[in-house]
Amino acid sequence: MDFLLSFVRSLPGACGQGFAWGLMAIGVYLTYKILDVADLTVDGSLATGGAVCAVLISLGWNPWLALLMAVIAGMLAGLVTGLLHTACGIPAILAGILTQLALYSLNLRIMAIGDSAKTKATLALSVDRNPLLVSSRYVRELSTNNPLLLLAIIVAAVIALLYWFFGTELGCSIRATGANQSMSRAQGINTDKNKVLGLVVSNGLVALSGALLAQYSGSATIDMGRGAIVIGLAAVIIGEVLLGKVFRNFALKLLSAVIGAIIYYMVITLVLRMGLESTDLKLLTALVVAIFLTVPYWKEKYFTKAKKEVKADA
Amino acid sequence: MLELNNIYKTFNPGTVNEKRALNGVSLKLNEGDFVTVIGSNGAGKSTVLNAIAGVWPIDAGSIVIDGQDVTGLPEYKRAKFLGRVFQDPMTGTAATMEIQENLALAKRRGARRTLRVGITKKEQEEYREQLKTLDLGLEDRMTTKVGLLSGGQRQALTLLMATLQKPKLLLLDEHTAALDPKTAEKVLNTTDAIIREHHLTAFMVTHNMKDAIVHGNRLIMMNEGKIIFDVAGEEKQKLTMKDLLDKFAELAGSSIQSDKALLA
Repeated sequence: MDFLLSFVRSLPGACGQGFAWGLMAIGVYLTYKILDVADLTVDGSLATGGAVCAVLISLGWNPWLALLMAVIAGMLAGLVTGLLHTACGIPAILAGILTQLALYSLNLRIMAIGDSAKTKATLALSVDRNPLLVSSRYVRELSTNNPLLLLAIIVAAVIALLYWFFGTELGCSIRATGANQSMSRAQGINTDKNKVLGLVVSNGLVALSGALLAQYSGSATIDMGRGAIVIGLAAVIIGEVLLGKVFRNFALKLLSAVIGAIIYYMVITLVLRMGLESTDLKLLTALVVAIFLTVPYWKEKYFTKAKKEVKADA
Repeated sequence: MLELNNIYKTFNPGTVNEKRALNGVSLKLNEGDFVTVIGSNGAGKSTVLNAIAGVWPIDAGSIVIDGQDVTGLPEYKRAKFLGRVFQDPMTGTAATMEIQENLALAKRRGARRTLRVGITKKEQEEYREQLKTLDLGLEDRMTTKVGLLSGGQRQALTLLMATLQKPKLLLLDEHTAALDPKTAEKVLNTTDAIIREHHLTAFMVTHNMKDAIVHGNRLIMMNEGKIIFDVAGEEKQKLTMKDLLDKFAELAGSSIQSDKALLA
């Protein structure tokens, strides 16, 4: 009973984490599902978002402005990966890894801005001293201070904006780029430009997620983004497996990635309560993603033989 | 309408896989020409087509479409002049997008992609009417994902997409080769109808000599990266299968025995 009670008490926290990571999952959805690119920049750009936002807030900036600057920083990271990929011909995965690696050094520098040290691996924020938009401290309070409220509004606004954008001529051409590049070019679509644009938007969202996470948890750290791509993928895949059949509309598909992130953090909270160390989580996450990616593949490979034979006959 | 001036292209230069694919190809198409292109495997038929489309840059020569030199233009910029249908039915359409979304993408070929809505209500009505002309019942499945269509349906849709914005030149790359004979014939008839209706200039690569003879007003035969035979008008109308095989033997000279089997 105690166990159950403490689990329930930790659910709001899991929701908060899930919402913030949900924005990151939407970013991963854009690249992995729509552009058909596995973008590893995100491990770096998440931390960049957190670092930029934390540094600016600690320097006394307005937190909304700090959030905006974090998004812009993330977009720049996406731009670099995009140009490495399209203009320099580097495979997308490697381009992402290069940017991510470079960002590690940059993030250490960013967090030291305004400090006597040259580099800094952690930057603490305090809800008492800094005007934070969201803080985990109030996550169980029934007040407008509760971070879940603002996080939900931001998530809803982002989904609405993306829903509109991917319905425009430009947005449709980005979807086409991910679906079929030959066709896109034959229809006059600049596929290189669209890939860059997609990576820019995606990493902007990832940085927004990082910025909110830094405020929510009260610190930006150099390794806050480590394994982020895998968590993002886990959220996207969990959302798809559980809700893919029900949620067909594009906005709902984005929402399912957020719900996937929330479920992910609930499961994580549960296994932590069951006695796993938080350092075991990376192993667990990797396992979850590996299993969820394997299942559809095996289903296709071993359980659709009958169908394939019918097709061959026709 | 189309001018190819002495085009050369070598793939994998300087390696053991070096292949001189185009060896000085020159060609002039007049407006309204419907030319069929034949030749054995590796003769350079599809390579010429890809050179026109700008899939990769050519080594030498120039390409002029409707008076504009497009030699230096990337593929996506040439698209405004060209309608294209590919050999593989998967290539010409976006499988994960709806039929009407694919059409809307094609409708905007050559135009800037803005932040206006990607497909308007008015367009949807227009597409419904256009799809009716294909006579495949697709007008009732406008929101179906294209991936659920058959190869023949996808090729017919690609044809419609290629001509939704009237192209200066329609490029058909063995577009019925992957279809069963009955479907292939149907798609070819649709092709004929569309070309006639819009008075299009068309360039059709084919493996099928009979199709090459029956369709179009002009026929080109290629061998080893060169045009070795070019016939138009009345002379083309009178052409028979035997004429073509003889011509091929006479002009190409060597390696004919193996090619005969391929072309028959």
